[in-house]
Amino acid sequence: MSDVPKNGDDILVAENIRKEFGGLVASNDVDFTIPRGSVVSLIGPNGAGKTTFFNMLTGVYKPTAGRITFDGLDVTGKPPHFITERGIGRTFQNIRLFQNMTALENVLVGMHARLRGGIIGSILRTPRIKTEEEEARVRGRELLRYCGLRNTDDEVSRNLSYGDQRRLEVARALATKPKLLLLDEPTAGMNPQETGDFTAFVEKLRSEEGLTVLLIEHDMRVVMNCSDRVTVLDYGEKIAEGTPQEVQRDTRVIEAYLGKQAVEASQ
Amino acid sequence: MAETGKVVDEIRDPWYHRWGGFFGEWRRRYRGLDDRQQRQVGIILRVAIVILLFFIGWPVALLVAALFTAQFAVGYLPPPYRRYGRFAIPLIVLLVVLTYPFYLGNLGTMSLLGDYPTLGTMTIMGVFSMMAVGLNIVVGYAGLLDLGYVAFYAMGAYTVAWFASVQFAHRSVHLGASGVAGSTPGIHISIWALLAIAGIFTAFIGIMIGLPTLRLRGDYLAIVTLGFGEILPQIARNGDSLAGFNLTNGPNGITPIDPPGFGRLNFLTGSGTFWTSERLFFWAVLVLVAITIFCSLRLRDSRLGRAWIAIREDETAAAAMGVPLMRTKTWAYATGAFFGGVAGAYFASFKQSTFPGDFSFNISAFILSMVILGGMGNVWGVVFGACFLSFLNQQGLSDIGHSFNHTFGTNLDVPKYQFGIYGLIIVATMLLRPEGLIPSARRKAEFHEGVHDAPLYDAQHE
Repeated sequence: MSDVPKNGDDILVAENIRKEFGGLVASNDVDFTIPRGSVVSLIGPNGAGKTTFFNMLTGVYKPTAGRITFDGLDVTGKPPHFITERGIGRTFQNIRLFQNMTALENVLVGMHARLRGGIIGSILRTPRIKTEEEEARVRGRELLRYCGLRNTDDEVSRNLSYGDQRRLEVARALATKPKLLLLDEPTAGMNPQETGDFTAFVEKLRSEEGLTVLLIEHDMRVVMNCSDRVTVLDYGEKIAEGTPQEVQRDTRVIEAYLGKQAVEASQ
Repeated sequence: MAETGKVVDEIRDPWYHRWGGFFGEWRRRYRGLDDRQQRQVGIILRVAIVILLFFIGWPVALLVAALFTAQFAVGYLPPPYRRYGRFAIPLIVLLVVLTYPFYLGNLGTMSLLGDYPTLGTMTIMGVFSMMAVGLNIVVGYAGLLDLGYVAFYAMGAYTVAWFASVQFAHRSVHLGASGVAGSTPGIHISIWALLAIAGIFTAFIGIMIGLPTLRLRGDYLAIVTLGFGEILPQIARNGDSLAGFNLTNGPNGITPIDPPGFGRLNFLTGSGTFWTSERLFFWAVLVLVAITIFCSLRLRDSRLGRAWIAIREDETAAAAMGVPLMRTKTWAYATGAFFGGVAGAYFASFKQSTFPGDFSFNISAFILSMVILGGMGNVWGVVFGACFLSFLNQQGLSDIGHSFNHTFGTNLDVPKYQFGIYGLIIVATMLLRPEGLIPSARRKAEFHEGVHDAPLYDAQHE
């Protein structure tokens, strides 16, 4: 929480990101950087354009204008699979698992870009493909353990409990071997106990795996506990940025969340 | 008021829902049972099926009983052998089918369906099995609705027709063709080589068609493939003078096409009483079907197969997990096209001819029906669907017609109503068992609970 890298090494730099849906400006010239090895949160009221911003980073949407540089490479408007391969893994706000595939298969799909098996090799099942598949399975099971899923490897993912589905989403994203992990409201619908566990888990990812994490979150305890930096969006505009403490005191943020009267009343 | 209530009830609950509900009720009750009871119900149902099949003919009932027993017994194998259990049923089927020519003569007739399929019918059943398994890769695995699959069948057939007939009479190329005199004009290449060439060529065409069309989703893709399925036969029909060049010989088609063969052993004439022409064609198609099924199963369990299923379940999530959508879909399309092409090539060589009229939309729909009837996504189900429907098409319907007319003293030409009958079969399948007769576990779940794939893209990417 305190060890923000100060050498100015940013894993992701987004400059002047703009997205218009017809007349609606969902993202209005947002500048945004993520320092390597940090946990950054993106917050804002509903409809502030957080998920749209997320979708632009991962290539689901093309920005109307602006430039996104990831790890020194321009990824603006590149397709999602390209960006995933470069090292951005993500989860979805509304769980989007492959519901009729098992937990392990979900994770194996996540490894798609890291495996090489082609069509001929798969049919002939060459020794190389065979070992690759076996190793992938072992790694997949380890990953499921790591994310706290036990005895559910071969369970169809639609039958998993809600919390486990959330965990599986993270496991699947980790299977893509990301350098930067984007989590879209990962604790939505979790109870305080689970939320606490999850916060610890994000900490562990950063310290053990050296991952950089970008979080969209509504739960302020999570945001305040685990982020190094918080960016606040409102109506597609960046209204504040800084450490959790700074943001908490920012009048524009309070205004966005609670309205003008609340600010006036507090003064 | 009561009257209004009745009307509202009718709108809310039309007759087909009521009927669906009738069967749904049994399904709900079945799901309420515990594992042991479900197994018991399963056994009772299987015994009932076998008894019913006895009325059709004892050999069919015997075969199905053997398969059920094998399926049942596999669960009781001692653990070290259990992993071989999955080979039991394919092995039984393979043995029964492989020796079919030897006991065909002793089988007699089935009570409703008439004669057992002749070897010629069996060969056609094999060809359609290949096509259905190929289409299953596109529709069942990757979830891309392809209504123009017949285009690939046509491509395969014409590839063989060009390189194993007298079509290009001003050339004279002979490469390993059997049963063709050296003086015959035209290009004559060995059919075995041509099967591979036709497959690869068709796969290539599949990629060409796929690249622009696979960017579309759902219904739009279906409509475009429907268009391509109409375009290719039209090209074949009008291809007798492409800028003065006779490519396809127009509506007259290309005939005769060389038969396959090994050196002196020609499939058309056969050799002696054992290696008859019919048996040779039949065994060869068995090998091709086996290869197709093998490839299909291996692909399903591979990295690519997982990606296909992931795309079917949720495109957006699949892309976010690093699956390149266009490339993966195109592979599915090309693989499906490959098997369609090989099947078409073999069929053309078997019939010794190819006509533009062979490739109507009906065939696309027919193959799709096989996939739906058998069970989308499950190779075994699809093979069963293909065999059953093509048997009806070749022999069954006319035999059913005969016994129908005989029993009721009518004079109906039943085969004339074939597409109506297939339509009824499909409607009945969709109402009673939407996942198909032998579904894959995954597909079954999808049909009963639905998939949630909300499109999220504003721009389609490579």
